[in-house]
Amino acid sequence: MKLGLDPRVRLLAAALASLCLALLRQIPSSLLGLALGMALLGLVRPRPEHLRRRLAAVNIFTFFLWCALPFTVQGESVALGALNLSSAGLRLALLVTLKANAIFCVFQALVGAMSPSEAGCALKSLGCPPKLAFLFLVAGRYIHVLAAEWQALMDAAKLRAFTPKAGLHGWRTMACLLGLLLVRGYDRSQRACEAMRLRAFTGNFTTVTRFRAGYADVFLAVGMVAFLAAVLWVEAIHA
Amino acid sequence: MHISEGVLSPAVLGAGAALTALGTAVGLRRLDYDRIMTVALLSAAFFVGSLVHIPVGVGSVHLVLNGLLGVLLGWAAFPAILAALALQALLFQYGGLTALGVNTFTMAFGGVLAAWVYKTIIRISGRGLLRAAAFCGGALGVALAGLFTAAAMTFSDESFLTAAELLLLAHLPVMLLEGVMTLFTVAFIAKARPEMLEISE
Repeated sequence: MKLGLDPRVRLLAAALASLCLALLRQIPSSLLGLALGMALLGLVRPRPEHLRRRLAAVNIFTFFLWCALPFTVQGESVALGALNLSSAGLRLALLVTLKANAIFCVFQALVGAMSPSEAGCALKSLGCPPKLAFLFLVAGRYIHVLAAEWQALMDAAKLRAFTPKAGLHGWRTMACLLGLLLVRGYDRSQRACEAMRLRAFTGNFTTVTRFRAGYADVFLAVGMVAFLAAVLWVEAIHA
Repeated sequence: MHISEGVLSPAVLGAGAALTALGTAVGLRRLDYDRIMTVALLSAAFFVGSLVHIPVGVGSVHLVLNGLLGVLLGWAAFPAILAALALQALLFQYGGLTALGVNTFTMAFGGVLAAWVYKTIIRISGRGLLRAAAFCGGALGVALAGLFTAAAMTFSDESFLTAAELLLLAHLPVMLLEGVMTLFTVAFIAKARPEMLEISE
């Protein structure tokens, strides 16, 4: 399901929530933040296969922290079988995992379904520098083109019996393919630049998208602020 | 290389965002509309290239490419990396919004410093040492990014010190690989499109 909400409001709400949740230092308030994220995600219901892959990307880093922190942080220790784990380290790892997943859920629910061009236009109307919004829009537009180009280069190399192996030959071949990708990107940018100049492009990127905020947006904004205030209140009680 | 959200302290997040804003402002001011298309495309290529897995031993690692981007774009690497990481946060949920400032700064500033070293070597020795300069640029880019990341973690919470040291140690082989890959890539570009090495001039 896609939220029929103004992208600007979604972006601002997601930014505000990320900022508030990133500042938390207590477990109960982080749990509340995770509940907020999961409730929003439940409303949006994104495709599970997308969610799983992205969730794995977030938790690779937290997994690394779970492997390192319980053994490296100084302080009281808890015995778990033969292992001596630091309770402060366990707490820190839990806190970071809760916060990272809470922010991930909020972000996925509000911004996950937004296309790069939608996000670029919303950023521009929120006062992001025009050159930066342009970079974001154009880079977003060409990522799939260049990814297809890379796939074609790899396929061509594989048809010529190249298998990526560790070693100087494999690395040099892949570096040349990477160089070729950059060269093709450069050539394409020259052509696109000339084509846009022919169409009287002077640096101003006009868009036909018009955003309009409605009652649902006001509801989202007020609800988000109220819930975040509750989270910060729980944080203050437990501090 | 990406630090997830919720790891760093508010002060470090704020400092990262401020430094990134500064670097991006410098990068954007030096960037005119004639070159912005090229920077955008190279930013997209950086995005694609950083997803490529390079075989090492029995496993594989993915490249960071910030040194290479710094060598090609100079200060424009700041807005380019910011755009690419924002897209990654949007499309793949790597890093994220609050950590965007810190993640951009660690990679982009590492790239800018690496580019400075690359250019200094070229200025002193001419094109003769292009390969050595490219190796230094690529390796230094990752080394500095790893160092800044470790520093950001340690400044956030001293308990992260050992974890940060481990992270830095894990970056050492990536550093060498990145240097080798940057060497071959720059050598290829110097043969195929030498004008690409002058985009940042």
